[in-house]
Amino acid sequence: MITMEQVCKSYKVAKRNAGFGEACKALFRRDHEVIHALHDVSFTIDEGEMVGYIGPNGAGKSSTIKILSGILTPDSGSCVVDGRVPWKNRTEYVRQIGVVFGQRSQLWWDIPVIDSFELLKEIYSVSTPKYNNKLEELTELLQLGELLKTPTRQLSLGQRMRCEVAASLLHEPRILFLDEPTIGLDAVSKLAVRDFIKKINREHKTTVILTTHDMQDIEAIAERVILIGKGQILLDGSLQDLRRAATDGRDKTTYAGDNAAFADGNAVADEALTLDHVMAALYRKLDIM
Amino acid sequence: MKKYLLFFRLRFATGVQYRMASVTALTTQVIWGLMECLAYKAIAEASGGNLPMDYSSIVSYIWLKEAFLVLFNTWAADNDIFEMIRSGNVSYELCRPVSLYSMWFTRIVGGRVSEVLLRCVPVLLCAFLMPKPYRMSLPVSTGAFMLFLLTMVLGMGVTVAFCMLVYLLCFFTISPQGWRMVFTGAIDLLCGNIIPLPFFPADYLKIAELLPFAYMQNVPFRIYSGDLAGADILPAILKQVFWVVTLIAAGELIRTRVEKKIVVQGG
Repeated sequence: MITMEQVCKSYKVAKRNAGFGEACKALFRRDHEVIHALHDVSFTIDEGEMVGYIGPNGAGKSSTIKILSGILTPDSGSCVVDGRVPWKNRTEYVRQIGVVFGQRSQLWWDIPVIDSFELLKEIYSVSTPKYNNKLEELTELLQLGELLKTPTRQLSLGQRMRCEVAASLLHEPRILFLDEPTIGLDAVSKLAVRDFIKKINREHKTTVILTTHDMQDIEAIAERVILIGKGQILLDGSLQDLRRAATDGRDKTTYAGDNAAFADGNAVADEALTLDHVMAALYRKLDIM
Repeated sequence: MKKYLLFFRLRFATGVQYRMASVTALTTQVIWGLMECLAYKAIAEASGGNLPMDYSSIVSYIWLKEAFLVLFNTWAADNDIFEMIRSGNVSYELCRPVSLYSMWFTRIVGGRVSEVLLRCVPVLLCAFLMPKPYRMSLPVSTGAFMLFLLTMVLGMGVTVAFCMLVYLLCFFTISPQGWRMVFTGAIDLLCGNIIPLPFFPADYLKIAELLPFAYMQNVPFRIYSGDLAGADILPAILKQVFWVVTLIAAGELIRTRVEKKIVVQGG
């Protein structure tokens, strides 16, 4: 379904030190640093899989999602999603994908959510009966109800995010990319979004790729985890593999400092470690912070 | 086609949502229009009636300008688009199965037309009810009125196609400030928004008529009052068509470049 092969992407970033003098100097001569956001990234994902894509901040998660959704063109490498190259014939390609960027909004700010939905219906040319069915299903699963009549600007973050997720699914995409869909959500909304993602995967065989920093998301949703750090894929396996990689050949005391409970140097049982501890340890061990 | 109509409807809904803005804008425009009428009256009297346009044409021009301000202005651009480009929300726009250019073009047209429908009626009503010398006159003939409508559509096409260039150029500079400063100052003058183009000295007028800006509001407003008539109309219309096509082509060219090199920053 999705194959990425040796994809590389680098950005040029202007850098300077703090201070007025430095700012003036930067007027004339700018130091650029080339950041390799992605370096030889390769993976394959089959139809109907749910994959958690994780890594520390700045690891290249969002860049990967942007390439997969056709927004970004990589410097080199190949990428084929459902037989198409995302950045070629973009308009044809995007018809079958759904994307949620947790930090951005696709709903029109001033008007009720339902109006934004209707616009999306037309943009994706969804037939009216299909749209109505889908809307009913989404409204029930994500408990949208009254939210649909409210202007987007008056929704809370969690309410908005549920609407955003629904908006990305109105055209029944076969592949769904979720870039931090649970960012800033309360427990109820988080659970609702997670259950919902699992459900559409089960019922519609939708392939889901999800990036997040919330390890509970991963635990709840992803059967498979891909770990990226400094632009490279470091691990591709189950959550168990991830735990093993973190704890392998390490003294439990290495977790000391992560949590006051470990500060006395007591050995801690594996089960007592939260996933966040495991991840933090793994990030340190792999030196990808 | 339906999706484009929907864009229009949505913008209309957004416009209606902010009723107070429409009311205050209306007051401003009526008062501003009246002030301009008075200013030209003073100029007309000082120059002994020796003006490049007759006074009733000027009055009509002013009222049309106020009534259709939102259709032709180049400075009050769709801030949502600038904000999308600046913040990176444009990511979503790029995930849609429609061309970015046509999507934004209709969005802007929808925004302008819906807003003008809300505003032009009360302004025109006031203009027709003004005391005599400041009252707006009816179009000189039915034919002129039809041509007025046609050239108004073309003029808006030129305006929007030009604004599209500004939006697309913002992908390169991220901040819209620079482009807007440069363009809005110059265009306001060159499109005849500050003073009608016939008031330009002959040489300057020749230059202005080489630019696309003279084919925005200048053409329809002058046809309405009969200031632009007869054999001068056809070349003006042809030039409007030329500029719509040229500006759209240029915009499409920039768009393809934008989509190749775009980098959406952050998260």
